[in-house]
Amino acid sequence: MMDKVIIAGFGGQGVMFLGKVMTYAGMGSNLELCWIPSYGPEMRGGTANCSVILSDEEIYSPVIDFADAAIVLNKPAYEKFAPRVKPGGVLVVNSSLAQLENPREDITIIEIPATDMANEIGNTSIANMVCLGALLPHLKLIDLPKVEKAMDELVAKRRPELLDTNLLAINKGIAYKKS
Amino acid sequence: MEKVLLKGNEIIGEAAIRSGCKLFFGYPITPSTEVVEYLSKHLPKQGGTVLQAEDEIGAINMCYGAACTGSRVMTASSSPGVSLKQEGISYSAAVGLPMVIVNVNRCGPGLGGLGPAQSDYFQSTRGGGHGDYRTIVLAPSKAQELYDYTMLAFDLADKYRNPVLLLTDGFLGQTMEPIVLKERPEAPVVDRDWIVDGCKGRKKRVLASYSLTNEIGEANNLKWEAKYKDIQEKEQHWEEFHTEDAEYLLVSYGTTGRICKSTVLNARAKGIKLGLIRPITLWPFPVKAFAPHMDKVKGIVTVELNTGQMIEDVKLTVECKMPVYLYRRQGGMLPTENEILDFVENKFSLSGSEEV
Repeated sequence: MMDKVIIAGFGGQGVMFLGKVMTYAGMGSNLELCWIPSYGPEMRGGTANCSVILSDEEIYSPVIDFADAAIVLNKPAYEKFAPRVKPGGVLVVNSSLAQLENPREDITIIEIPATDMANEIGNTSIANMVCLGALLPHLKLIDLPKVEKAMDELVAKRRPELLDTNLLAINKGIAYKKS
Repeated sequence: MEKVLLKGNEIIGEAAIRSGCKLFFGYPITPSTEVVEYLSKHLPKQGGTVLQAEDEIGAINMCYGAACTGSRVMTASSSPGVSLKQEGISYSAAVGLPMVIVNVNRCGPGLGGLGPAQSDYFQSTRGGGHGDYRTIVLAPSKAQELYDYTMLAFDLADKYRNPVLLLTDGFLGQTMEPIVLKERPEAPVVDRDWIVDGCKGRKKRVLASYSLTNEIGEANNLKWEAKYKDIQEKEQHWEEFHTEDAEYLLVSYGTTGRICKSTVLNARAKGIKLGLIRPITLWPFPVKAFAPHMDKVKGIVTVELNTGQMIEDVKLTVECKMPVYLYRRQGGMLPTENEILDFVENKFSLSGSEEV
């Protein structure tokens, strides 16, 4: 069983961090994991992206040609990575920053106004966590308790004041139903 | 056993510390920087020293000096930086100095780019600098091997009194994977009666590579040659993947070696008898791996991130007994498992018996 996930957005939207949360969430379950950042010039402006592979067997090729799921945090990321989701896969779109024209019909698209929801919580930079929440029920190998444990590791030790806000954002993402 | 999540470059640093490396000299360069970053944070806590040299040439010559005193020492860089180190590596090989040199290969030539490449295969396996010498070259393909082979690199360097190159790439360096921090097996006892650490009460030793007469020069060359032959005999390492009944073989190392395993599994699911030989030592090249397959394999594809470098060693090994083709990506791009399989199918006019 494998979850191959692509995460993309602007540099500064917490793309790499979102990937790290998913990867740390896989620790402790004896999973094989890969966190693959895009690095270099791409990090400074333009589209930043990273991929995460969660697997209960050895990961041979770490190169994702078609992903099981993707999170795109803005329009350029949507345009670049929507075609890279495999048929039947899941795409989470931050609809605050990306309106879709002619969306694919062979994948499940979850449009969620993550930046607006993050602003309502009072912290615009946690749109990434809202999107993680939206994707979480569709992932096979990690769930909320595992993510909470990862957040404890990654956030509580360094920025404890941000832990509750992050967890709130994730839960809002999980609970979101398009009205 | 303890499992941790680290970036490839950090894993090299951790393994070096656990190998008893006490000195690191380097000059940061992307995509290898996390090696020096990690070590500068953690090595001093273990009583070691990390020094950022004025440049790569300074760093390799500091390694030379440290190795002369019998200290376990390492440097790390990426392609353009490793080019700068070549003079020092040549001198170290001539004097017989154990040291570990990490090359996190980025694409080139020139300043190149930051993406993964295998463009330094020739430089790594043919000595790299001037003079007729060789360095042992280890090619990890995943996080755990970065850890294991770094430890092996230190041991081989000591065992043969020779520089050892750990050849990785920008992809392996930046990717984060869990590893088991295995306890190090007992380090082999090595002969240190050649080091220069003060000669009070014993005969003076000289570590120098200059030969005053041609006769001495030839004697030195023969001595090095004998050592390289010994290494070629004893230290060929490789991994085989579904080769038992293979009719076609992929040959690939490092990141692409790992991708090729997925290609093999996809091919097998289609009824194509494909196997993989993944060289672990690039020098000595694992010639022995090919012997059992010479009569039954119909063709070989090398998969590389360059214009075709290792393919020369494969062709020399199989002596034209079968066709050898190259599939490559360059400039920082990686192939997917499926594009490799498409190439194999087209090249050998294969069509799978069943679709996956």
